Amino acid sequence: MSDDIYKEIILDHYRNPRNKGKLTDPDISAQDNNPVCGDRISIDITLKDNVVSDIKFDGEGCAISQSSASILTDMLMDKTVDELSKFTKDELLEELGTPSLGPARIKCALLSLKVLKIGTYQYLGTELPEDPEN
Amino acid sequence: MSISNFQDIKKDFPIFSRKINGKNIIYLDSAATTQKPNEVINSISDYYKNYNSNIHRGIYSISIEATELYENARNTLAKFINANSSRELVFTRNATEAINLVANTWIPSNLKEGDSIILTEMEHHSNLVPWQIIAKKLKLNLKFIKIQTDGSLILDNLEELFKENAKFLSLTHVSNVLGTINPIKDIISKAHNHGITTLVDAAQSVPHMSVDVQTIDSDFFVFSGHKMLGPSGIGVLHTKKKILENMEPFLYGGDMISNVSLNDAQWNEIPWKFEAGTPNIVGAIGLGKAVDYLNNLGMSNVHKHEQELYSYAVEKFSDLKEFKIFGLENKNSTGCVMSFSYSDFHPHDIASILDGESIAVRAGHHCAQPLMEKLGVPATTRASFYVYNDESDIDKLFDGLQKVRSVLT
Repeated sequence: MSDDIYKEIILDHYRNPRNKGKLTDPDISAQDNNPVCGDRISIDITLKDNVVSDIKFDGEGCAISQSSASILTDMLMDKTVDELSKFTKDELLEELGTPSLGPARIKCALLSLKVLKIGTYQYLGTELPEDPEN
Repeated sequence: MSISNFQDIKKDFPIFSRKINGKNIIYLDSAATTQKPNEVINSISDYYKNYNSNIHRGIYSISIEATELYENARNTLAKFINANSSRELVFTRNATEAINLVANTWIPSNLKEGDSIILTEMEHHSNLVPWQIIAKKLKLNLKFIKIQTDGSLILDNLEELFKENAKFLSLTHVSNVLGTINPIKDIISKAHNHGITTLVDAAQSVPHMSVDVQTIDSDFFVFSGHKMLGPSGIGVLHTKKKILENMEPFLYGGDMISNVSLNDAQWNEIPWKFEAGTPNIVGAIGLGKAVDYLNNLGMSNVHKHEQELYSYAVEKFSDLKEFKIFGLENKNSTGCVMSFSYSDFHPHDIASILDGESIAVRAGHHCAQPLMEKLGVPATTRASFYVYNDESDIDKLFDGLQKVRSVLT
């Protein structure tokens, strides 16, 4: 691995995160951290007619985890709850433009997706799969 | 300034002839594990080629030779830490297993509900979690010697901590995050005055400085082979003879028994009573060779070399903007680890970009989350030095950090 993973889109979202902050009275809200490196992400979502009308993330950590969260929240606007629950890691990784993150950093990139899944499954009242981000 | 204590030493370590993307490996993670010299690597293949057999029971030549190699390694290790007798040394998998051994054998036989175990806030998880578990099981209390941000322990209230039901003290000799050398001799002597039994986690000290368990006077003293040029999977528990003799075994099985009937068994003598099953024979032999190698260098030279490297790094990096070394103000440090923050760049990003330059550093909480909390950071980047590092490694790290800034800003 090297600085090849620091694609322009990642650096752009790292320097200028989109949708950063918290929502008051969100319909979906969850957070998680990566115990290995201490990355922390929370995601708040407000729904209107079962569709994402507002979304914010908050947290701290490395460029990969934070930019991935920023990119993810950008992708989720106007999606239905069903689409949230079915959102795949490939969609996110493709957007990140870094297919070969390697085992050490992939967890950073997928932390935000994991948080999204935790929140969405909680909202739906269905049981979380073992590796929700995969 | 020139640091030439161990010239051409990299030649002894075959990994340094490997190139990744055309670049030599700049290895700055020896606090995690060290590289191995040819002497150690060759001793392993030599054993399997020429002596492979089980120990302590064969009547034939190669088994007798293998037993001798294994027990000679124990003698070498015993001399290295100046143990009173090699019978006081138990081979374990690593320091972690040695700590678990003590937590699961000595503690249940000697502590009772309401008693306290004293630890410090700078412990590696391996010297924290085993005590948490046994404390929950036996309803013991854990109490902590606090640390200040310069990396040193707050020792002025020891008498207070050691009063009441304090029965056991376990602490690290050297911090794996900050390199702080704790005044363990003094702390142990005070603990003994209160009748407290002591354990020293020496995983980060034995590789870097000369130690003497008789002077330190610890009851238990543990370290790992892989952090001192030896193979992984071999470590040492040193215990005062009187204590070891009265301890219950940890694991049960072959080699640790003297006599077995269908319903009962008697235990072997120390230290074999604590080495159930076929041990890591080749690991012990390899570790013995690692100690020979370190003895050839001289432990005081090793210590001096690391301190010189550390000083060189501190001076070099003083020019770097927004670069902060943790524990810098503490003078009582081995110099073998340099934990730092660099601007607001996350340690994982720093480590990833350095990896692109073939520089290996550690990023994260270094198995010391409570200490990270104290330092007020989620993680640090850690460069750690050993005998094979030199000024050019630090120069490359410096250049690598310039690259980090140019990528991330």
